[in-house]
Amino acid sequence: MNPIKPLSPHLQIYRPQLTSVLSITHRITGIALSIGTCVLLYWLLSVAAGPDQYANAQQVLSCWLVRMALVGWTWAFFYHLCNGIRHLFWDAGYGFALSTAYKSGYAVLAASVILTGLIWACIVSQQGSPL
Amino acid sequence: MSLRSDLGRVKGLGSAKQGVHHWRVQRLTALALLPLSLWFVTALMSLVTAPHRAVVAWIAQPHITVLLLALVMALFWHAQLGLQVVIEDYIHRPGRQIAAQLVVRAGAILGALAALVAILKISLGIS
Repeated sequence: MNPIKPLSPHLQIYRPQLTSVLSITHRITGIALSIGTCVLLYWLLSVAAGPDQYANAQQVLSCWLVRMALVGWTWAFFYHLCNGIRHLFWDAGYGFALSTAYKSGYAVLAASVILTGLIWACIVSQQGSPL
Repeated sequence: MSLRSDLGRVKGLGSAKQGVHHWRVQRLTALALLPLSLWFVTALMSLVTAPHRAVVAWIAQPHITVLLLALVMALFWHAQLGLQVVIEDYIHRPGRQIAAQLVVRAGAILGALAALVAILKISLGIS
């Protein structure tokens, strides 16, 4: 890169706002979910490999460190899903008013946390043990 | 009236009409993933505690197999398209960028193929 060429101000110049933070979070969760896809692949391969490998995978996936990562992954999933719907509305030309963008942003945050809580409450109640 | 020259038209020059292809496929796969991923995550809730036999029986149902195959294809495609944009935005050195794009593409294709083979293997009862 040409060092003399002037650059537009970098990201850290700007004060973070809800809208910009949610935007970069969409990217970060997207990257995290891409990595998390490897877990899905691991699970599928273990089912295909047979009962022993599946039992082994179940054990690996239920250790508390992996469980914590899976809770984070669940949140990333619901965040990316809800914010993705928000993006699709923008793509269709709706919801650009600043007040609407803020409202939908808070709604996405709330929905992602609530849905993550619901899913893990269901899993924990089925297993009868916390994490 | 077309502004293209006769020579340009004969040689097939001009826009390849692919300008919005990436953007469009990213949205289309997103639309596909909305119901598919929600369905799968909901199904996973009861599957995580199920024994191997039950998981295999679930996957082997024809409509489940089809939906899982669709999910895997949309998922890996969407992930590759998303990661491609991230790499384009943050990795500027041409050599590194091409290398990163190739690694992500290869990973996505191999991952998708492995998942598809696993699903089919389970579904067809090949052990």
